[in-house]
Parts: sequence; C-alpha cells; structure tokens
Amino acid sequence: MTPALAMFLGFVLVTLGITYWAARRSRGDVAYFAAGRRITAWQNGLAVAGDYMSAASFLGIAGMIAFNGYDGFMYSVGWLVAYLTVLLIVAEPLRNAGKYTMADLLAYRLNARPVRAMASVSTLTVSTFYMIAQMVGAGALVKLLLPGVNYETAVVGVGVLMIVYVVFGGMLATTWVQIIKAVLLMSGSTFLSILVMKHFGFSFSAFFEAISRVTWTGPDGAVITRNFFQPGLLFKPPWGAIDLISLGLALIFGTAGLPHILVRFYTVPDARTARHSVVWAMLLIGIFYIMTTFLGFGAATILTPGKISIENMSAPLLAEALGGKVFFAFISAVAFATILAVVAGLTISASTSFAHDFYTNVIHHGRERRPGEEVRVARITAFVVGAVAILLAIRLQTVNVAFLVGLAFAVAASANLPVIVLSIFWRRFNTTGAVAGLFVGLAGSIVLIIISPSVMGMDAKALIHGQPIFPLKNPGILSIPLGFLGAIVGTFLRREPRSEARFAELSVRANTGLGAEQATTE
Amino acid sequence: MALDDRKIPRDPTPIVGAPTDIAPLGGPKPPHERTADEEAGTIDWERLAASDRFRNLLKAKRRFIVPAMIFFIVYYFALPVLIGYARPFMEKQVLGPVNLAYLFALSQFFMAWIIAALYVRAAARFDKMAADVIKPVDSSGK
Repeated sequence: MTPALAMFLGFVLVTLGITYWAARRSRGDVAYFAAGRRITAWQNGLAVAGDYMSAASFLGIAGMIAFNGYDGFMYSVGWLVAYLTVLLIVAEPLRNAGKYTMADLLAYRLNARPVRAMASVSTLTVSTFYMIAQMVGAGALVKLLLPGVNYETAVVGVGVLMIVYVVFGGMLATTWVQIIKAVLLMSGSTFLSILVMKHFGFSFSAFFEAISRVTWTGPDGAVITRNFFQPGLLFKPPWGAIDLISLGLALIFGTAGLPHILVRFYTVPDARTARHSVVWAMLLIGIFYIMTTFLGFGAATILTPGKISIENMSAPLLAEALGGKVFFAFISAVAFATILAVVAGLTISASTSFAHDFYTNVIHHGRERRPGEEVRVARITAFVVGAVAILLAIRLQTVNVAFLVGLAFAVAASANLPVIVLSIFWRRFNTTGAVAGLFVGLAGSIVLIIISPSVMGMDAKALIHGQPIFPLKNPGILSIPLGFLGAIVGTFLRREPRSEARFAELSVRANTGLGAEQATTE
Repeated sequence: MALDDRKIPRDPTPIVGAPTDIAPLGGPKPPHERTADEEAGTIDWERLAASDRFRNLLKAKRRFIVPAMIFFIVYYFALPVLIGYARPFMEKQVLGPVNLAYLFALSQFFMAWIIAALYVRAAARFDKMAADVIKPVDSSGK
C-alpha cells in the first residue's frame, strides 16, 4: 500500500466518521423530520451546494478547462446562472404548495397514477445519467490511487462497493453529509487555488500571461501552443456554435428539473427560507465555480495537457504537483466522498420513488402484496441502476464527466421542467399533457443523445459504430422545445375539468403558502 | 433502506435522501402526497383566487419576474451567440491578455448575483402582500 493510498483511505474514513456522527447527533432528541424543518437558509444553501457540486463540477470542469481552456468555463457559467430559474419560478411555489417531489406536485391536481408513474421513470433516467458520470469519476480516481489496477476493475469494484453501501447502509445522503462535504470541497478548492496563485508569485498578470500561452508536446511529438482564453477550442465549427447554445439551454433549464435539488426545498420552514437558501447556494456555488477556473487554468499552465494522463483527474494531479502526497490524498478523498454522497442520494431517491410510485402505486394499486415488498423492489432497482451505470461507465472512461452530467441536465430540462412549469402556471394543463410532455421530453432527449456524436462515432471508442445522425452533442436545443410541445399538444387533446377546477387552489397555495404550515404539522 | 426503524409517528417523511424518503404504506398519507381534492377543506379557493388582493399579488410578481427572466435569458445567451458568431469581437484583448469573451463570461456570475439580490428585495414586498391575501382566511378561524 502506497502512502498516498493509506492517507486517502484515512481521509475517507474520517469523512464518513464525521458525517455519521453528525447525522446521529442531528437526530438526537428531536424527531428527524422536525429537525429537518429547522434547517436554516444558509444550512440548506450549503446542502443544495453540496448536492450540486458533484464529481462533474470538481473533476469535470477542472479537466475541461485544463484541456480546452475557455470553452470549459462555459459549464461553470451555465450551472450558476441556472439557479435564477430555480429562484424565480420553481423553489417558492414548490415550498408554498408543500410538495416534496416532482411527482407530488404533478399528482396534486392531475390524475395521480399515470403522472406518478411517468415522473418516477423520468427521475430514474435522470439519476442513471448522473450516476454514470459519478462512476466514471470514481473509477479514474481509484485507478490513479492504485496504479496496478486497470480501469475496468476499478469501476466495477468501486461501483459494487458503492451500491452495496447504499443498499444496505443507506445513511449517507443526509443533509448533514452534504453540508460537511460542501465545506470540505470549498476549503480544498480554496487551498488549491491559493497554491496555484503562489506558483505564479501571487501575480495575476503572470498567471494570465501563462494562460494566453499554454505550450505542451502533443502525442506525436509536435509542440503545441494555444491561447487558453480563446473560445472555440472545444466547440469547433461547423456545429460548435449551435452546440454551445444547446448546452446552455440544457444547463440553465435542467437544474430546476433535477429531482435531488427539488426535494431540498421541502426541508425548510417557509418560502422565504427557501428563497434565501437558493441565494446562499448561488453565492457558494458561484465562488466555487470561479475557483474551478483557477484549478483548470492552473492545471493547464503548470502541468500542461501533455502531462495529464486522464482529463478527469486534472484537479487531483494538480494537487499532487503543488501540495505533495498528503494534499493529493486529501483532495482525492474529498472527491471520492463527494461521489459517494451524490451516488447515495441519487440511488436512494430514484429507487424508492420507482418502487413507491411505479411498482406499488401503479402496478399493485397502492398495496403491498407482502410486507417489505416495496423496500425489496427499491433494492433491486438500486442494483439494476448501479449495474447499468457501471457497464456504461466502463465504456465511457475517457469522456469528461462534466459533459456526461450535461446530458443528465438535458434530460431533466426536456422531460421535467416543462411539466413542472406548466403545472404551476397553466390552468388548462392536464394529465394527458403531463404524461405526453414527460414521455416526449424523455424519449426525445434520449433518442437524440443515442444518435448524436456522444454515442455514435467512427472511431473505436464510440459506443455505437456509425456516422452520427444528429450533429449536436447536447440535444437541449431540440429536446426542450419537444418536451414543451408534447405537454401542450397533449393537453389540448382532452379536457379535464377537475384539473382546471383545482388550479385556483394550487395557485393560491403556491403564491401565498396558505395551508402549508397546517399541512406540515399535522 | 435497511433503516426503516427511523419512521416518525407524526410525519413519516424524514430528511431528504434518506431511505424512507417515501412514506411507508399502510399509514395515513403524508401531507406532501395529498392531492388538491383531499386538501380542499373549507376554504373557498375560487373566491380567494378572484380577490383583488390576490390578483394584485400575481400582477406585482409578474411585473418583476417576467422582465427578470427575459433579461437573464437574453444576457446569458448573448454569450454563446457572440462567441459563436462574433468571434473576432469577443477575442479583442482588453486587460493584458484577457479578452472580452472571458470578462463577459465572468460578468455572468455578477449578473446572476445582482438579479438574485434584487429579487430578494422585491420578494419581501410580495411576502407582505401574500400575508394580506390570507389574513381574512386565517382570522376567520378556518
């Protein structure tokens, strides 16, 4: 066992220990849920930030900038601006109406069974995409720490461990875990950013000068010099410009449709706290994303792309180069804990929602045939989702994790966002529209991803061999309008007087919070 | 999922992401799973929705949120559009080697923070208006 590995394991254990201790303490004498209601705005903001800053942000964006400069920064920008959508149209109505998941919101005035079924399928799909990215990141991390192990073994090993942990332990994804993780990630990134600046003698002009002339030796021995401030290194013609807009759409409208972000607004006492927690999250996430540029540009200038073996590992490798083995082990452990927390949260919420909303409610009319059946179905679902994520992660080992998460955002923006928005703001909206919107958005985005250059390609690494049919890597620009179109056309196919009659109730509740307190204390 | 012993008698929904996210079957439905029909109660929602105070609240919110949404969407998409279609302009170096494209991208962070701050200020007023809407209902001892 190398010293780095030992320290890494030590840090992971300490992190898990602290979170376990915090989770137990927060339970204490107060009931879980009551404790949840006492979550303050900044605590919830930290938790939202913790949920959001997954492997994609930390490993993916840093790697993207390290290899492509400016274009990687576009992810940081989109992912922060996305919170304006959450702040202005989603967080408060959801909190005021007292709704926990997207399915709860849709089922409120629509026909519960079909919309719950579709919503759970959509949640499961978004979570799977998200998980693939986390698995790719985890596999690369373990491969870096255990040089003797190949990537496939690392992904399978780590993936199985995570799934077993989630299924049989299931403790991790609590609010406290996310809070502690967010603090560790922020402090680790701050320290690494300071080390980068120290390398340049704390001179911004020296740093900027280096960024404008990144020089490295390519695989063929040729010396390459690029200005990393220059846009277009990643998004190249002929489709680059449209692809960037498409990505932007997915990023700024996807966040408001992410299942694990939406549920965060249920744990705060009122809409005002929900609002303030979004603002806290925006502040933290914004600062963190500005720091990712230090990490990314730092890796580009100090290590140079020629010396980074795996794109996703740019940040940990930079930590090793600047802070030595201990800091490397620390950063890797924080990244690993991040992945573990995100995977746990996603798997648990996706598989329980599938078991509850789809299996029990839809197939078995809300009755368990045997006690504990729902929990068993949830466990099986978690294993299946984990297995799918592991298999795909093996094939996608060289793909940037921020890019992969960008696809999850596209699916969320196409399937979930249209129905959430229409359900809150459109009286005429009905069950047919919700089912059609979810289905068209989900199927549209997935089909477009499958026939895009992300999956199809002419080289050996492509998942499907063949000329890509759809030219854009991110389907947002087409699939988001498709989702809205599906929801609107579906709505006009039928009239649903009951849904329209209940709009006044939802609208008053969503805008004033009337009845929300009463509903939560009962 | 192994920790089902964490059920709480009063409200079966625990903290986010825990194994018992979804309320166990058999017991009463937790509040967040109730439908509009089940929650309608004695309040005359239609009358409340048609009241002047409520309509003024919606109007005031719309007056802030719609322009804010339009502004941030236009400002945000100006970035990829300019990068894609006005490359030479965006590559103009304005601060040493730092070009306009980078500064514009950085400005997006401040744009988001400023809109959020303005919204928090405006929303304090919406909170007061919302309280006025529901006051008659709350005081009538619902």
